[in-house]
Amino acid sequence: MPIKLPFRPRGGEFPPDLWTRCPSCGDMLYNKQLEKNLRVCPKCGHHFRLRVDARLAHLLDEGSFEERDADLESVDPLAFVDQKPYPERLAAAKVTTGLRDAALWGTGRIAGQRVALCVMDFAFMGGSMGSVVGEKVTRAAEHALDERIPLIVVSASGGARMQEGTLALMQLAKTCAAIARLAEEGVPYVSVMTDPTTGGVFASYAALGDVNLAEPNALIGFAGARVAAGTIAESLPPGFQRAEFLLEHGFVDQVVPRHELRDRLALLLGYLRPAEERVGARASAGDGVSGLGGFNPLGFLAGGGERETGRG
Amino acid sequence: MADAPTAPGAATLDARAHAWERVRHARDVKRPHTLELLRLMATDVVELHGDRLFRDDPAIVAGFARLDGRPIVFVGQQKGAETEENIRRNFGMPHPEGYRKGMRLFALAERLGIPVVTFVDTPGAFPGPASEERGVAESIARSITMLTRLRVPVVVVITGEGGSGGALALAAGDVVIALENAIYSVISPEGCASILWRTADAAQEAAVAMRLTAGEQVALGIVDEVVPEPGAGAQDDPAETARRLKPAIVAQLDRLAGFEIDELLDARYARYRAMGAFATAQPTGAPRPERPGIAERLRTLFEIGRITLGGPEPAPLRPQAADETDEPPLREEI
Repeated sequence: MPIKLPFRPRGGEFPPDLWTRCPSCGDMLYNKQLEKNLRVCPKCGHHFRLRVDARLAHLLDEGSFEERDADLESVDPLAFVDQKPYPERLAAAKVTTGLRDAALWGTGRIAGQRVALCVMDFAFMGGSMGSVVGEKVTRAAEHALDERIPLIVVSASGGARMQEGTLALMQLAKTCAAIARLAEEGVPYVSVMTDPTTGGVFASYAALGDVNLAEPNALIGFAGARVAAGTIAESLPPGFQRAEFLLEHGFVDQVVPRHELRDRLALLLGYLRPAEERVGARASAGDGVSGLGGFNPLGFLAGGGERETGRG
Repeated sequence: MADAPTAPGAATLDARAHAWERVRHARDVKRPHTLELLRLMATDVVELHGDRLFRDDPAIVAGFARLDGRPIVFVGQQKGAETEENIRRNFGMPHPEGYRKGMRLFALAERLGIPVVTFVDTPGAFPGPASEERGVAESIARSITMLTRLRVPVVVVITGEGGSGGALALAAGDVVIALENAIYSVISPEGCASILWRTADAAQEAAVAMRLTAGEQVALGIVDEVVPEPGAGAQDDPAETARRLKPAIVAQLDRLAGFEIDELLDARYARYRAMGAFATAQPTGAPRPERPGIAERLRTLFEIGRITLGGPEPAPLRPQAADETDEPPLREEI
C-alpha cells in the first residue's frame, strides 16, 4: 500500500534539519546543541518534546535498558476508515518514527536502582493509547509486581486512540487495574507527565502515581482545549491545564525541569522501596505486616540479590 | 418492529442511518434515566448525597435500593427529563465531585457487603475549567481503579450514552448489560468527526466507524448482554423497559453471588486484561493479511450483533483469556 507521510518539512530561512525555532522565545536554535541540551531551549528553558530514545538515554544508567515486548504491533480491529484507513496511518507513523507503536517498556537502572520503565513517544500518532500502549503499560506494571521493583511511566499522549474505539477506552480499565494491584501489594509507582498528557492517559495511569511529577509547562488535562472551549462557551484561564496549574491544584507533587529529572527520580527511589510481600487487601488477617503498610526498614537487604539475577 | 427490534430494518437501512438512529435514541430526552428506571423496578429507594469533600453533584445519583428484595448500592449518571432539570443536572455530565460521591458509595457497599449496580448515561465528564481544577481526570482514574478491585459484585448497565472516560468511570465491573439502543464510544461521534474529518458534520460516518452500537459492542466483547427495548425505543414505554431490564440485572446479581470474592476479582481482572487487539510483529517480508472489503466486514459485525440481540443469554464469566492475548487477533473473529 502507498505510504504517505503526514507532514512535509516546513520551509523557512533556515534548513529545518539544522535549526529549530523556539516557539517560546523565538530564538533560532542549532539542532545539535538543542539535542545536547536535552531539547530544552538554553535561552528560555522551553521544553521541546523528547523522543523515546533520548528519554531512555537521559534517565537510565548507560547500557542498563533491556527492552521487552518490542514486537507488539497494532492491528485494525474495527476496520476503521476515516479520511484514511487506520493501517495506512500506522504504516506512516512507523516510517516517520522508526517505532512500532507509541510506547516502549523494559527494565533498567536509575543511579543503580532497578526499575520497570515505560516511556511514551508523542511522535507516533500523537502518543495515542491503543491496545499496544495499554498492553505495554500493563505488562510493565505486572512485571514490576513480579520482580517487586518500582514502576515508572513517562507519559506523552493526546489520549485514547480513536481508531480503536472502545477497545482503546478499555485500556484505561486494564491499566488502572494493573496499577491498583501494585498499590495493593506495596510496589511503588511514579508517574512522569510530559507535554502533553491528556485525555484517557491522564484519566488513567498517569494520574495515579504514588508520586506524580511533571515537566515545566507541560500540557496536562482531561479534555483537549478545543473540546473544552467547544463544549462550553467559556474562555479558558491563562495557564489552564499546564503543569504548574496542576501543581497549584494539588494533582502533581513537583514540577521538575528535565535536567533535574533523573536525579529527582533517583532521590525518590531511595524512599519508594517495594514492601516486602503482599501487604494488600488479600493478606491474611493475622499477618502482622499488613497493618504496617509499606514499612520495611531492611527490605533492601532481602530483595537486592534477587533483583540482580534478573539482568542478563 | 416491536418484537424484533433489529431484524427488519437492519438489512435494508444503510449503516449510517442504522448507527445514527441508535445515537438519537440513546440521547432522546424522553428516555428513562437512572432514577426513573429505579422508581419503576426497585423498592425502598434511598438516595444519598454529597462527596463529603466539596459538594453534591446532581449529575450523579447514588444510594440504596432493593431489586426483588435484594439490596443494592446504585450509582449512576442522571440526565434531566426537561430543560430546567437538565440544566440543574448539567445534562448528565459529572464534575469530579460526582465521581467522588460514587466512590464514597462504592466504599460503603464494600463495607456492608452489598453488590453495586451502576447506571451509565452520560455524554462524558464535564470538560470545563472548574472540573479540570478539581481533577476530573484523577477522579475518573480513581473510580475505575476502585471498581476494578471492589470486593463486592459490580453489575454495569449502560442505559443511554456511554460517553468515553466519563462513562467508564462507572462502567468497570463483572458484567456489562446494555439496553438495545444504548451506545458506547471512546469519544462522541461529533468529537471524533471534528478531529479526524475536521468537521462535526461527519458525525454519522464517525458513529459507524467507531462501532458504537450495543450490538457491535457485544461483538467486540465489551458488552455482555443486550436487553431489547419495547416499541421504537425505551422512550416509548419506560415501564416495559424497566420490566425487561430488571430480571437481567437480578439474574446477574444472583449468578455473581455464587462466586468467592477473590475468584470474582481474578475474573474481573482477567476480563479487562484480555481487552484489546494487537499482533506480535512478523519478520519483515512476511505477507500482510488482505484487508477484506468494508462492506464484508460490516456485514460480519451486523450478523454477530443480530444474533446477540436476538437471544440474549446470561453471559458466562469471561474465559481467562489473558494467555491468549499474545495471539494476533483475527479480524474475522470480530
